[in-house]
Amino acid sequence: MKIAKKVIELPSSGIRKYFDIASTIKDVISLGVGEPDFITPWRVREASIYGMEKGRTTYTSNWGLLELRELISKYTYEGTGVDYGPKDEILVTTGVSEGIDLAVRAITDPGDEILVVEPSYVSYKPCVIMAGGKPVPVTTTLDNEFKVRREDIEKKITPRTTAIIINYPNNPTGSIMTRKDLEEVADVAVEHDLMVISDEVYEKLTYEGKHSSMAALNGMRDNTIHLNGFSKAFAMTGWRLGYACGNSEIIEAMMKIHQYTMLCAPITAQMGAIEALKSGQQDMLDMVKEYNRRRRVIVRGFNALGMRCFEPKGAFYSFPSIKSTGLTSEEFSERLLYDQGVVTVPGSVFGESGAGHLRCSYCASMEDIKEALARIGRFLDKLKQEQAPTIRNKTRQ
Amino acid sequence: MREVLELLERDSKLTAKELAEQAGLDEKDVERFIGEMEARSIIKRYKTVIDWEKYGDDSVYAIIEVQLNPERNVGYDAVAARISKFPEVVTCMLVSGDHDLHLVIKGKTMKEVAFFVAEKIAPLSQVTHTATHFMLRSYKQEGEIMFEKEEDTRLVIHP
Repeated sequence: MKIAKKVIELPSSGIRKYFDIASTIKDVISLGVGEPDFITPWRVREASIYGMEKGRTTYTSNWGLLELRELISKYTYEGTGVDYGPKDEILVTTGVSEGIDLAVRAITDPGDEILVVEPSYVSYKPCVIMAGGKPVPVTTTLDNEFKVRREDIEKKITPRTTAIIINYPNNPTGSIMTRKDLEEVADVAVEHDLMVISDEVYEKLTYEGKHSSMAALNGMRDNTIHLNGFSKAFAMTGWRLGYACGNSEIIEAMMKIHQYTMLCAPITAQMGAIEALKSGQQDMLDMVKEYNRRRRVIVRGFNALGMRCFEPKGAFYSFPSIKSTGLTSEEFSERLLYDQGVVTVPGSVFGESGAGHLRCSYCASMEDIKEALARIGRFLDKLKQEQAPTIRNKTRQ
Repeated sequence: MREVLELLERDSKLTAKELAEQAGLDEKDVERFIGEMEARSIIKRYKTVIDWEKYGDDSVYAIIEVQLNPERNVGYDAVAARISKFPEVVTCMLVSGDHDLHLVIKGKTMKEVAFFVAEKIAPLSQVTHTATHFMLRSYKQEGEIMFEKEEDTRLVIHP
């Protein structure tokens, strides 16, 4: 049997190990989940069921149902101020995951370098590799609240650089970028003629001010591939439904790959998404409100435990630092899981600049969040006790 | 501060500290606000939604549709206030449609509820007609779904 070299060399996800450990432990509380704990609003599920009853079980246009694209156009305009034509500037994809793959493949020739802002969602780098490109990490830091700056990007630009992938509100840090912050990225992109792939799937989960979209910046509409989807805002992860917006040339190129690999996104999911955009806004706002409450509780909780945690203003993740414990993020996550049954994701999984942090999702009930914080507190106390004698010995020497 | 009321409406056991934390407010301000809301009777009282059927209690509930002749000057208010004072009346509201008052009555037996309507509601001079519907089963009460909840089937972490 032959497996392609490219695939063999692809690193496997660093999260698998924690999943395997967690399945052997009882009474686990998970802050490791990257999806809403809410179930898709009933009106959305009901609309999809109705569609099935009516026999809406066919393929759709490669682009997706026109009615859905028209609604996406309106929704995107309301959310970002950017106007995309429903006929040839919007492509409905099977989750943002497919959107990322299509965007990268549509613009990458062998050897092209694509900048990936880190810490980052785990799929960007592998997508670039599979497309024959070379992913180049751009690091961000806690001191700058994990926002990417002009100088961070410029350091990594070479004549082969063609694009940059950004994701704000960010997974795993919860960081957001204001319009002013994004201007820096836009300036570099224009100067060096870079395409920006902007994954804005957490757009609606912005807790301070209104989300700023890359494509809304001066001169950026046609150099930006705006990726978005229904998973996070409408708690529709399992439906696998997203969309890409951009100028017609690039969307057409993405559609070409999509029509041969995916054909179209599932119609059952598209039927649900139509309802979500038509009348699911209040359900979405209610969920956002609840995330915001949990966010306040978890951030305050970590800081009270002495784990430095900047205020994440978007997505549903907090990213506390565990550097003061002297453990690596892998050691901390693993020991915390064995010792207290709390699942977290080590920050290093999301790139080198995530090391020394944990990704803690607050997609959990308030009781679970409080219990997890209490358990983490007990774990930290244990660590201190372990470490105390060594320090005393050292002073004696 | 509205958010404090929303949170309390869902869970009246939350302390001022928890409310302040969740709503991003100052604890002292929240305490003061709750005191004021209680004093102004905007917070009427703190109650609990109980699944009595599950507990084994066999209370009987009925919805009573009441048609009325409104009175000069006071309209429906006077008779509605009079009806509301009976402890058996759990809910009393003025509604649009083919009847005027919508009541929910709680009693120990069907007979008790029927006699209550016959003796206390129907004979009132303003009441022209009543229709009694006994509740057979409650599926949703005070925003709370009374049957099996949907389970959390997410993976604890994504491999």
